[in-house]
Amino acid sequence: MAAEMLVVHELNKTFATPSGDVIALNRIGLQVKQGEFITIIGPSGCGKSTLLKIVAGLDTKYEGTVLVNGKPIDGPSIEKGFIFQEPRLFPWLTVEKNIAANLSLRKPEVRKRVDELIALVRLQGFERSYPRELSGGMAQRVAIARALLRSPDILLLDEPFGALDAFTRSHMQEVLLDIWQSNKTTMLFVTHDLDEAVFLGERVVIMNPRPGHIRSILPIDLPYPRKRAGHAFQELRHKVLNEFEKVEGPAVDEGAHI
Amino acid sequence: MIGSGGAESALRKAVKAKKKRTRSRFSIQTVNLLLSLLLPLGLLAVWQIAGMMGRLNPTLLPTPGLIVEEFVALTMSGELFYHLSVSSWRALLGFLLGGGIGLAAGLWVGFSYRAERLIDPSLQMLRTLPHLAVAPLFILWFGFDESSKILLIAKGAFFPLYVNTFLGIRSVDSKLFDVARVLQFSRWQMITKLVLPASLPNVLLGVRLSIGVAWLGLVVAEMMGSSSGIGFLINDARYLMITSVVFVGIIIFAVVGKLTDSLVKLLEKRLLRWQDSYKGEGVS
Repeated sequence: MAAEMLVVHELNKTFATPSGDVIALNRIGLQVKQGEFITIIGPSGCGKSTLLKIVAGLDTKYEGTVLVNGKPIDGPSIEKGFIFQEPRLFPWLTVEKNIAANLSLRKPEVRKRVDELIALVRLQGFERSYPRELSGGMAQRVAIARALLRSPDILLLDEPFGALDAFTRSHMQEVLLDIWQSNKTTMLFVTHDLDEAVFLGERVVIMNPRPGHIRSILPIDLPYPRKRAGHAFQELRHKVLNEFEKVEGPAVDEGAHI
Repeated sequence: MIGSGGAESALRKAVKAKKKRTRSRFSIQTVNLLLSLLLPLGLLAVWQIAGMMGRLNPTLLPTPGLIVEEFVALTMSGELFYHLSVSSWRALLGFLLGGGIGLAAGLWVGFSYRAERLIDPSLQMLRTLPHLAVAPLFILWFGFDESSKILLIAKGAFFPLYVNTFLGIRSVDSKLFDVARVLQFSRWQMITKLVLPASLPNVLLGVRLSIGVAWLGLVVAEMMGSSSGIGFLINDARYLMITSVVFVGIIIFAVVGKLTDSLVKLLEKRLLRWQDSYKGEGVS
């Protein structure tokens, strides 16, 4: 039995606004095992990014229990890698220095790891390029390498491929699965893309808004690599979609993807 | 997958091709240089011809030829070099003093909201005081010697660096702060690896403006009362009605001012290679 990497229990979060308190998260409960790939899907405003920020330690004002590796969180830490929706690279640093960030490339072990990661995210030849010279997909891969350098136990991804075109996005999804399979990093992946959620996750957490809550958690029992066009894939995709349609119209992005 | 792979190899090629293109860019630079010289050279020609035809009063507007002769004479006697070195020394000291304190104050106020409320309003009030208004006071306090001049220059050089450093720190993208928190930057790393590089464009702009103002303050200081320096040279020549020397002094100010500005611009170009901003092309 793998250990529980992340335990969320009775988590509530309210935002104070001028027109009164708004409940962003209502009684969230979730248990994630070591090495598991979880995708969280829901329409905007369902609190999925808020949940991720709380787990990351970027937002510490909440009620309830959140345990990472059995310990309550008291801020960001290196065991929790975070990848934002945009790459958020430091524009004044080259690719390799962005990955190293506050670590020195002069240390041989850092140098070695950075080179390995550049190879892993397939950016050889761009080590000394500046972010402005990169495409969106390349920049996001730098951000992934930067998070991986700290060897996090859990990687938190907040719609990381949302701004990429369909081709790049599917390529990035495969890169991420490669990384997951070779490193066995626990993944918590937030998305509003139905196909992405089913393609990546071992379990899909479906959230709904007003107030943000978990509607259901569906296991995706398909072997990797998954075929999007396959019959089983489409069936599961419909199953997830049905969970949304019980409440309201299609609120998530279900546009056709390759 | 194939699509993005193809795009990347194309990008790799583009990076290589960029290196080859620098040679053809040389000729564009030459053309640009010639273009920028067209107007001043034309103006000089008209001026010289009008002067030789006797259309200009030589005491008010000596011809460019005469000014060049004066320049050569002043250079040969060593007078020009002496005054220039005195002026440069004053400007440098004033700039280092005022700019240095401006940078430090900008950093302090930038990092601390409390410091902002404490000293920024007072400094903003002092900023609007013109050099000419405070020069007599400086002379009363510090006498006619070097200290009053250098302090006057420092007063001018202080504000551009202060304002721009302050502004630079406050305009760091808060999204990058989140990244730094996630990556566990220490407080010191937040400052040296995030805030300082992010505010560098503004700080360098502050340096450029500070040097410019230091140069302006120098003229005021040297004209108020001095026995050396380019400002003195101009003022002295004005009393003696040697207009050509006045012109030489003004041109020296312009040339040295432009040279120092270009130096900082070169520094900017080196340090801010990473910047991705509009370079003034592509709109016709």
